[in-house]
Amino acid sequence: MNAIENVSRRGFLKVAGISTGAFVLGISLPVGTAQAKSSTGALSHELNFFVSIASDSMVTLVCHRSEMGQGIRTSVPQIIAEELEADWHKVTVVQAKADAKYGSQGTAGSASIRNHFTSIRQIGAVARDMLEQAAANIWQVPRSAVKAHKHYVVHSATGEKISFGELASHAAKLTPPDSKTIKLKANSDFSLIGKDVKLTDLDDIVAGKAQYAQDIQLPDMLIATIVRPPVVGGKVISFDASEALKVKGVVNVIALKTRSIPVGINPLGGVAVLANNTWAAIEGRKKLKIKWQLGDKQNHNSNEFSKQLVKQVNQQGETVASKGDVYNHQYNENNTIAATYTVPYIHHAPMETPAATAVVNGKKCTIWAGTQNPQWAKGTVARELGLEKDEQDNIELNVTLMGGAFGRKSKADFIVEAVELAKASKRPVKVIWSREDDIQHGYYHSISANYCKAELTANGSADHWISRNAYPPIGWLWNAEAKVPSDNQLALGFGDIPFALKNLSIEKHAVDSFVRPGWVRSVACINNGFALGSFVDELAVKAKLPTRQMWLNLLGADRHVDPNDNGFKYSNYNLDLAAHPIDTKRMKDLINLISDKAKVEQELPENQGWGISFLRSFGSFVAAATKVEVVNNKVTVLEMHTAVDCGIVITPDRVKAQMEGAMVFGLSIALMGEISVKDGQVQQSNFHDYPVARIGQVPEMHVHIVKSDAPPGGIGEPGVPPVAPSITNAIYHASKTRIRDLPVSKVFTV
Amino acid sequence: MIKMTLNNKPVELDVNPQMPLLYALRDELKLTGTKFGCGAGQCGACTVHVNGQAMRSCVTPVSAIAEQAITTIEGLADHNGKLGESAVQIAWREFKVPQCGYCQSGQMMSAAALLQAIPQPSDEQIIEHMQGNICRCGTYKRIKAAIKSAATHSSASSLSASHSATGNSADSTLPVSTSPSNKSKVEVFSASQFASKKQGASS
Ligand code: FES
Ligand code: FES
Repeated sequence: MNAIENVSRRGFLKVAGISTGAFVLGISLPVGTAQAKSSTGALSHELNFFVSIASDSMVTLVCHRSEMGQGIRTSVPQIIAEELEADWHKVTVVQAKADAKYGSQGTAGSASIRNHFTSIRQIGAVARDMLEQAAANIWQVPRSAVKAHKHYVVHSATGEKISFGELASHAAKLTPPDSKTIKLKANSDFSLIGKDVKLTDLDDIVAGKAQYAQDIQLPDMLIATIVRPPVVGGKVISFDASEALKVKGVVNVIALKTRSIPVGINPLGGVAVLANNTWAAIEGRKKLKIKWQLGDKQNHNSNEFSKQLVKQVNQQGETVASKGDVYNHQYNENNTIAATYTVPYIHHAPMETPAATAVVNGKKCTIWAGTQNPQWAKGTVARELGLEKDEQDNIELNVTLMGGAFGRKSKADFIVEAVELAKASKRPVKVIWSREDDIQHGYYHSISANYCKAELTANGSADHWISRNAYPPIGWLWNAEAKVPSDNQLALGFGDIPFALKNLSIEKHAVDSFVRPGWVRSVACINNGFALGSFVDELAVKAKLPTRQMWLNLLGADRHVDPNDNGFKYSNYNLDLAAHPIDTKRMKDLINLISDKAKVEQELPENQGWGISFLRSFGSFVAAATKVEVVNNKVTVLEMHTAVDCGIVITPDRVKAQMEGAMVFGLSIALMGEISVKDGQVQQSNFHDYPVARIGQVPEMHVHIVKSDAPPGGIGEPGVPPVAPSITNAIYHASKTRIRDLPVSKVFTV
Repeated sequence: MIKMTLNNKPVELDVNPQMPLLYALRDELKLTGTKFGCGAGQCGACTVHVNGQAMRSCVTPVSAIAEQAITTIEGLADHNGKLGESAVQIAWREFKVPQCGYCQSGQMMSAAALLQAIPQPSDEQIIEHMQGNICRCGTYKRIKAAIKSAATHSSASSLSASHSATGNSADSTLPVSTSPSNKSKVEVFSASQFASKKQGASS
């Protein structure tokens, strides 16, 4: 976190619409950074505040992280209000623009709270401290004689109190204390954290008033639809726009800049039709004639590619982590299982397709976009416009609500498209992706193969464990030569295997890339979690043990696992391993909890089965249990549970909602999600051929949240990884058919 | 010029008659509560009411809704015309249904039409009727619960504003179910179906 400063008396307050007499805390960059030097008086400094308290006691809090449905516009202000001792009913929330002063705004990796909990608390605590100091000054009593409580500061001895509003102008004259020395509340004193408060955007959403990126309207604005190269790395050779331009309402046809590999988060190029309304743009687009040069990715066929990955993981790879010796061991075939699991390309398909609006005026640029990473987008746009580093504040990036994102909207390609077209057309431009664009030009979860081999031990566990995976690495976006996943990627449910093994080898393989790989909700935990969760179930079946028992046996004694012990450079999701340990006790407790709550060992009618799975990811522990029925080759999911231990819970209902959503997301992955590529081109186009779960497929669902005082873990992603294996394990127990290749729809009707 | 009633107000549209209602609402009338999700009648994000019936506005040309009464999420109201207070909206808030919220206008419009036709729907009827509305965030469990709650609390008072205003629930020009023998069946019409039904009704 950057330094907290008292910005109450800056001239920009008027512009920001904050009444005079207000107490405003902002943040500044550490002196010496480029932005700090250039920011004085710059436009974007106007809204550089985090907490504002007006003389009528209304509190305005900034949410600097992006909302995509996870509820962060409730949880971040809730944390600030907790430390501030604010009355939630007097809090309004404003969304931060892209501004480096806020520190990280990259809303990904389920990181908002797990990585920023303390710094967010400090903001509220500093403001509270200053209000208390102001009251102490007024009463001329020691600082320790007063205490903030529910929007007032109270003189403990007399019970006298002064409202935050009355104190605002006094606090505005004080110097903020050092946020690092400020005392934060004890967990036992929380009155907002852990309670369900009114959700920030709920009323607007229900009234149809919430504003998403697609909803931006500007005078004189054009709407653009873009035909992108069908194959990544493809280029426009020539195009004929004459028919398109005849469509009433079409104003312009513009070729986008040709881009090349590495693709980064840049647009893909192509040809844009700009029109007065969306319909005209769509109609014009149908009339475009484009000749493409498809490029060298046009030979990619995902079916064959998957077979190649399977072949690779059945051979020894490059060591990621190891212990003991698995290669000079005589495996007893009767007690050994080797299995290969595959997952296809998977797409985010957020309900709101990517969209962004831009206005470019010389060196000035204003953008409205639903983006998970405002500063990354801003920096990318700055490069696009040829701005120097210290000219970045010429760009104003307004962050809208996102109609779902799941990782897709971390990338700025659609934002840069809007900027490119606004600059070229000299008018405001809103770029809207069609659903077909969204499905065919995504950043996909990589197609993958995972291999597991282990030998059962006499005590109902396993040893001599080999895990391998092979998939196109995300690093390829920036480096065309990248062939193996980074250590950070390999940490996702792969290099961090928590089992008590004496002999272990974890290996990776080098793989080429052909479509844009990306982060899809829980990233490589999808395939690694599927392989691990399936394999434990296979071991249990072979050992004739309940799957719960196999998990408990493999996890072994209560202890904190350190993957570094096996020679793996483990990043623990950028969390301190001491504060966020790989704690086998918490794992076992959770596996017992889900097994008991769901009663997974109960006798079931024929054709029904329970499956369980578990994964620790993004600092949280999640177990899933699913009951299915398999009749006449049709799988019906009957009941789903998740149990989550994510440490301290901020907004319980949103944790529950994320777990419910993760069960549905995981169900789509397990049963039906598949992007296939033929001749370098994505074969699916809309929800008829890229189906996602609908209401009829969603069973009774239960969420069990563990009460905990541990530091908070992530919540947006960790619910997803155990779901798919819990479903396929249940299918096995119902039907004796083992699904090792997702989706299930390859074998069963779903 | 195409005339219609939109959220109880007369509206004239000077657009290509083939333009789907969705884009007329969003781009021309600046009513952005109705969302684009697929443009192909597959997701339900764009659901509005035409004479009280749920319709996918992305595949309904404006020519097909001339002289009809349209209700969008912005016009959804309780039976006294109080905006935002329809039984489904109250239940949606109570159950905190939305996550990202993007699909929810369409979900609520579909649910309101369901309750209007079947005040006390069974689980199967809820699923059948709501099957066309995708929620990628996965709020289905709460959607089901909220519809049931709205059904209990409203006992069929969840009329869309335009429909209650016409006070004419038996209007013979309304699109009718393809299976009239089964009164409990509610349908969502696509553009072509609707256009042909309308022609059929008026010829
Ligand atoms: S936008 Fe999906 S059904 Fe209309
Ligand atoms: S709430 Fe996000 S798509 Fe339904």
